[in-house]
Order: sequence, then structure tokens, then C-alpha cells
Amino acid sequence: MFEIVERKMIVPNLHLLVVHAPDVVEEIQPGQFVIVHAGEGSERIPLSAADWDHETGTLSIVFMEVGTSTGRLALLEPGDAIPTVVGPLGKPTEIDHFGTVICIGGCFGMGSIFPVVRALKEKGNKVITIMEGRSKNLLYWEEKLARYSDRVIKLTRDGSYGYKGHIKKGDDIIRETGIKPNRVIANGCMTLSYKTTQEYAHFDVPVMVTLNTIMIDGTGMCGVCRCTVNGEMKFACVDGPEFDGRLVDWEELAKRRQQYVGEEAFLVHHSGCGGI
Amino acid sequence: MLVKKRFLFIILDVEEYNMAEKKTSRFERVEMPKQPPYIRRRNFAEVALGYTPEMAVKEAKRCIDCKKPVCIDGCPVEIDIPGFIRCIAAEDFSGSIKILKEKNCLPAVCGRVCPQEEQCEIKCILGKKGTPVAIGRLERFAAEWEASQGKIELPEIKLNTGKKVLVIGSGPAGITVAGDLILAGHDVTMVEALHEPGGVLTYGIPEFRLPGKVVSREINYLQQLGVKLVCNYVVGKTRSLKKILEEYDAVFLGTGAGLPWFMEIPGENLNGVYSANEYLTRVNLMRGFEYPKSYTPVKRHKRVAVVGGGNVAMDCARTALRLGAEEVYIVYRRSQQELPARLEEFENAEEEGVIFHFLTLPEKLIGDENGWLKEIECSRMKLGEPDQSGRRRPIRIDGSEFIMPMDACIVAIGNSPNPIIPQTTPELEVSKNGTIVVDESTGKTSLDRVWAGGDIVTGAATVILAMGAGRISARSMHAYLSTI
Ligand SMILES: Cc1cc2nc3c(=O)[nH]c(=O)nc-3n(C[C@H](O)[C@H](O)[C@H](O)COP(=O)(O)OP(=O)(O)OC[C@H]3O[C@@H](n4cnc5c(N)ncnc54)[C@H](O)[C@@H]3O)c2cc1C
Ligand SMILES: Cc1cc2nc3c(=O)[nH]c(=O)nc-3n(C[C@H](O)[C@H](O)[C@H](O)COP(=O)(O)OP(=O)(O)OC[C@H]3O[C@@H](n4cnc5c(N)ncnc54)[C@H](O)[C@@H]3O)c2cc1C
Ligand code: SF4
Ligand code: FES
Repeated sequence: MFEIVERKMIVPNLHLLVVHAPDVVEEIQPGQFVIVHAGEGSERIPLSAADWDHETGTLSIVFMEVGTSTGRLALLEPGDAIPTVVGPLGKPTEIDHFGTVICIGGCFGMGSIFPVVRALKEKGNKVITIMEGRSKNLLYWEEKLARYSDRVIKLTRDGSYGYKGHIKKGDDIIRETGIKPNRVIANGCMTLSYKTTQEYAHFDVPVMVTLNTIMIDGTGMCGVCRCTVNGEMKFACVDGPEFDGRLVDWEELAKRRQQYVGEEAFLVHHSGCGGI
Repeated sequence: MLVKKRFLFIILDVEEYNMAEKKTSRFERVEMPKQPPYIRRRNFAEVALGYTPEMAVKEAKRCIDCKKPVCIDGCPVEIDIPGFIRCIAAEDFSGSIKILKEKNCLPAVCGRVCPQEEQCEIKCILGKKGTPVAIGRLERFAAEWEASQGKIELPEIKLNTGKKVLVIGSGPAGITVAGDLILAGHDVTMVEALHEPGGVLTYGIPEFRLPGKVVSREINYLQQLGVKLVCNYVVGKTRSLKKILEEYDAVFLGTGAGLPWFMEIPGENLNGVYSANEYLTRVNLMRGFEYPKSYTPVKRHKRVAVVGGGNVAMDCARTALRLGAEEVYIVYRRSQQELPARLEEFENAEEEGVIFHFLTLPEKLIGDENGWLKEIECSRMKLGEPDQSGRRRPIRIDGSEFIMPMDACIVAIGNSPNPIIPQTTPELEVSKNGTIVVDESTGKTSLDRVWAGGDIVTGAATVILAMGAGRISARSMHAYLSTI
């Protein structure tokens, strides 16, 4: 069992989960994820690593409460334990001295981009971090990100903080400054990944995005996470989860992610009555 | 509801048992009672119900205790077959299980899933005049008898040598190594990537053929012997093999053949298309058959096509029926003669109503506007000359394309070795198929202090071969550990 050290809602609907998992953090690297079981019998769900501490052996995750499993996670209190935290899984984000890198985080991705930002800065890159959210009260970890960024650009759709606009606005700002990035890295929901690919492809540099496919084992055994990248079948859990968005078949990915929408909704409405 | 179902089984059992009693002679084996097809096709309880002691004794007495028992030659782990059967015939059931366990640490599993009809039973002398002795059923009986006694005898363990061994993967290969080395007095830890141990026995082979409790019994036994089990641990990810070697004296890789093949035809990423592993994992490991009581959803498709002809394909087809499918097809590109599945499983599937399309090759999976599978385009095949595998090569008949409307397609055409450890351990020698290269007589890999065996070395094979390989490695590992 893995003990919960902390669980708190950091902004509406997004929770920080700190769990004691010393084996998992031993060799963990930015861009990797874990699979957790929120409780006995739960689904196995993938969640990205947002931070870790080798000394205390703890792993931090930022997750959004969207359904049954994340709903169960959101009820955890310090001292509780969950049966599975396995990882770190997936290929780490490629960290190198690229030059200038734009790091974009939205939703839970403002958390999971943090280790990437930190590692890139430590490698001597110029890091421009973009935080994206609907409104001011949905942005978090600004200070943490700023510590390792040369510049932090805040975008809110309602204009309540930073610049008003979506991911496109970030591109406008970068273009105005005349900066030529050598790489773009985005973490967050599918929409953010897709839009980032669309809006930033013109720089003609890799646009690395994390693909949130459905997963079960996370070890390449089941193939449910398969997606098409550059015309080839890839398994997001072992070949990814990060791919160059410019090569991803987005339409297929969007459809594959809809496979269990019916069932998941059904389950939420029926939980507690014992089922049929 | 559950109680009622059980009750129904009991009544049927008795009838079946009586029927089985009647029709035996010296040259005919005692039939094993099974759930009748029309009932079992809709439940996940075990199909074959096992011999009663009376049946087992009667069947055992058929064995003529050959001077030169050829059956033993057919057994990959060389069980003293006439020996354990003789004990059953003499109603010394505990003696029989002792003999079995000398060579096979998983008799309850092997008695159920070994292809006896092509190993030991095919050699049995009685087969020439009638049906061979039902060696597998007797093996299963002895193991179940032992379990039913409640108390399993723990063998005495020799002095603790203090040598540390890590077994990676908890399938039959890993279980065998862990069992042998703990008995030799070493300090054994077994790690498993998934949250439940057992390998394919747990996530792949369905409940109705190999109940989960049979596997967990064996794992519990290992733990009682002192094996430390750590689940949720992916070697190569959680910790590199290199680091592990700093802490352990010897390491065994039994990571199996877990990477599913796809057909590489258009439409394979449509919704409703699964690898066999995904489908079976959802149902077995994640207990999807209890959904929504369990949390992992599994679709209840109406028309299901399973591509492939092995045990895995049969398991998928029969699982789909049990999930309520109206029509389930097996689509196989060769003919019935070449079907790699065990005969028993083919017959079970057929009795349950699975429809076989032999000499048929899927060419294209066609979806609707929402990305869901709608139909499969197939070609008819004919058989040509034998290929390297000795089976006749299927050849497409031009212009024979036809369409089958289908809600789901399960691809069960094979698996490659799990690549995580080779990918993260560049020093480890692998073949071009991705299998780990070992010295066959010892199981030693190209890396010092690392052994490997089972599907990771042979590619997808069988439980008993994985166990046999485990035993070979364990012997060599023990020899090595005794020198340091
Ligand atoms: C590599 C990877 C990293 C991820 N990292 C994070 C993270 O750090 N924080 C975070 O909050 N989320 C992350 N996700 C997404 C997260 O796994 C899903 O939100 C989670 O599985 C939903 O589970 P649930 O049981 O709560 O919801 P469910 O009840 O399963 O589903 C609720 C809704 O979410 C949809 N859904 C189901 N599975 C997924 C999925 N895998 N991705 C997206 N939507 C899904 C369903 O169709 C449904 O509409 C990551 C996904 C991947 C593949
Ligand atoms: C559906 C199905 C039906 C079958 N039916 C039969 C049958 O009737 N008769 C028969 O004889 N054979 C059958 N087989 C084949 C048989 O199950 C396998 O040959 C056998 O299980 C191989 O054993 P193994 O120990 O080599 O590997 P596996 O049983 O595959 O176990 C390997 C284990 O290692 C774990 N692992 C992998 N990588 C890592 C890692 N990096 N770190 C930690 N753990 C890891 C895996 O999660 C897995 O649990 C069937 C197979 C399938 C899939
Ligand atoms: S070959 Fe058949 S009859 Fe002879 S010893 Fe083996 S099981 Fe008995
Ligand atoms: S999650 Fe099963 S193969 Fe990727």
C-alpha cells in the first residue's frame, strides 16, 4: 500500500496528491507518469508526475476530478493508502541543451510541466513558460514555475489575469518579441495539446505533446493506448506518452478516447446502488 | 441470485456424474463432468468440474503400469506418470501429489491447461486400442484433492544461505524459479509489474478454464515458503537491471511474451477493435465480468469476430459469449487441421456455439462516422505448399472478398516478448525477434549473474515449457550461488 502524505484541492476541481512511493521516485525523470489504483477494485488510471522528493520518497501528482477514479482520489486524506502506484512509466521527456524552449501547461499540465521546466533550465536552456486557464482562480504554481523560467506568460480566457486569450495568444506574444524557439513542449488536456500543435507548428520545430490515451497496464501489454504517429502504430505508454504533435493522427485519437464515454457516465450515475 | 445459480449447478453435476459413470470400459476413459454448453456459455464458472475420487480411482486403474512408460518421454518435466497414477489407483492420494510435486510445482494449473493430448497422453500405449489414460485429469484431481484437505504440507527448508535472488515476472517461469530456490535455502524476492501476480495465468487465461483461486493458492504457497512478493514493480522502469544487480546475487528474467501483434491492415485503430490481451485483461485481471460492480468497463458487443486460431483466440471467443454476445466468430486463415488450439478447447468453443470461419483472412476493418467498427472485409483462402512451420501455407483466392457486419474484432494472432527490459538494458543480448538469448542447458544470458526463461526466451509457448525452463535456470542459479 502507498500512504497518502497530502491531498488538497489547489484550485477548483484540481487536486494535489502527495504519496509515499520511494521506489517510484528513485529513478524518475521529467515527463514520466505513474498508474494508480484509487482503491480496491478501481480502474488503473495514468497520472503524470508533477514533482518528487528523493529524500522523503514522495511523489506529487496534480489531478483533475473528472470521473469515478479521480473522484475516489479526491476523497483521500493524509494517512489513507492506495493499493497501486506503479512507475515511473513511459519515456522521459527529452532534455538537452536546445537553446530556447517554450513550455506550456494547462489544467493538470501546469503541474506536470514543472519537472520539465526545471530540468531544461538546469541544462542551461532559456525557458519561456506559458500557463493557461479559464480564469485567474484556475492558475497555480506560478511561483514554482517562475523559479526555473526566464519568463512566465499567463493566459486566461476571461482576461482576469495576465493576457486575455487562449493558447493562440501565447504565440502572438512570442512572435511579437521576435524570439525563435528551438522546441515547444506542452502538457495538459487533449485540446491544449491539439491547439498547441496547430498554433505553434509554424515555428518549424518539434512540438512535443503528451497524449492522454486510455491506458490499462502501462507496460505495452494491452495495446489500448495505441495511436498513429507518422503513419505508424505506437503504444503511448511505452513509445510515448510524448510525441511530436505535428505527426499525430488527432482525429483518430479523439475518437479512440470516446470509447467508454457511455460506460463511464453510466457508472457515475449508478454508483452506490449495487449495479444490475 | 448467486445462490440459486449454484444450486442449479449442483443438480446438473449429479446428473452429469451419473451419466459419466455409465459409459466406461477398459479402453475408454472415464469422462469428466462438465457444465453443459447451454448453461456454461453464459457464466464464468469453471467448465470442467473435475473427477470425484471414485472416478479418479477407476480411471487410474486403467493404467497398465508399462515397464517402459513412454508417457514420461512426452512430459517436458518428466513427471513419474505411472508412479502418481499407481498411487491414485491405490487410493493413496497424498502419495500421488507428492510424486507430482517432485517435478511439477503447479499440478493444479498444468492438469487444467497443459496440452496433454500432444505431450504425454499421445504417447500412452492405451491410445493405440482406445483412449489414452486421462493423465491431465488425474493430475488435476490429485492437486484438487490436496487443496480440499485444507492443510498443505510445507516442506522443510534447508539452512538459509543468505544469498539474494530476484525473480522478475510472476508467471509460471518465475513461480518455478522462486519455488525451487526458496527450497534450496536462498533469500528470494519476486517482483511483478501488474498489481496481481500470476502472469498470463492471471491476466490471460479466463476464469472458466483456470479459476483465479487456483493461481492464488499457488502464490500463497510460495509466500508461506518465504518468497517475498512485490507487485507494482516494473524492472527497467522502477529500477534498472544494472542497479538491481548491485543488490542481488542472481537475477532471473521471466517477463513473458506480453506485446500484442496487430494485423497491420487498415482500420485496426477503430473503436471496437481489441488485442486479445486488452480484451482478456479487462475481463480477467480487472474483473470486467463483474462490471459495474468492478470499475473497469467492458463492452458487451453483439457480434464479435476473433481473429486467430490458438488457445488465446478460443479464450476470447468464449469470453465474448459469456459477456452476452449473440454471434461469435473465429476467423482463421488456415483450415481446421492446422488450428493450433488444443482440441479440447476447440470442441468446447464449438459446443458453446462459436461459429468457425476457416480459410478466411481479414483484409480491412471498416468503421462508421464515429470511428466504431461496422464491418470486416475478408478474403477466402486455399492451402498451398507447406511453409517452414510445416503447415500448409494459406493463399488468397482473388475476387473472393466478402463483408461481415461486426461490432467488435479481437486480434489474437500472437505476442512478442515484452521489450521493456531489453530496451533499458542494452548489454543484454536479444535475437532479432526480441527474445532473450540464453544458453539452453543453463538458461544463462549474456549478462553475468542473469538467467532467463519462459516466453521471453522462446516467444509465446506453453505453461509447462515455461516451467521447464524455470527449472533449468534454477538448477544453474543454485549451482552458481553455492560457489559464492
Ligand atoms: C500519460 C497520461 C498522463 C496523464 N496525466 C494526468 C495528470 O497528471 N492529471 C490528470 O488529472 N489527468 C491525467 N491524465 C488523464 C487521466 O488519466 C484521466 O483523467 C483519468 O483516467 C480519468 O479517470 P476517472 O476514472 O476519474 O474518469 P472516468 O470515469 O474514467 O472518465 C471520466 C471522463 O474522462 C474520460 N476519460 C477516460 N479515460 C481518460 C483518459 N485516459 N484521458 C482522458 N480522459 C479520459 C472519459 O471518457 C469520461 O468522459 C493522464 C493521462 C495519460 C494517458
Ligand atoms: C489467453 C492465453 C491462453 C493460454 N492458454 C494456454 C494453455 O491452455 N496451455 C498452455 O500451456 N499455455 C497457454 N498459454 C500460454 C502460457 O500462458 C504462457 O506460455 C506462459 O504463461 C508463459 O509463462 P512465463 O512465465 O514465461 O510468462 P508470463 O506468464 O507471461 O508472465 C510474465 C510476467 O512478467 C511480468 N513482467 C513483464 N515485464 C516485467 C518487468 N519489466 N518487470 C516486472 N514484471 C514484468 C508480466 O506482467 C507477467 O506477469 C496461454 C496464453 C494466453 C495469453
Ligand atoms: S503409457 Fe499410459 S498406460 Fe503406460 S504407464 Fe503411461 S499412462 Fe500408464
Ligand atoms: S496501456 Fe496497455 S499497452 Fe499501453
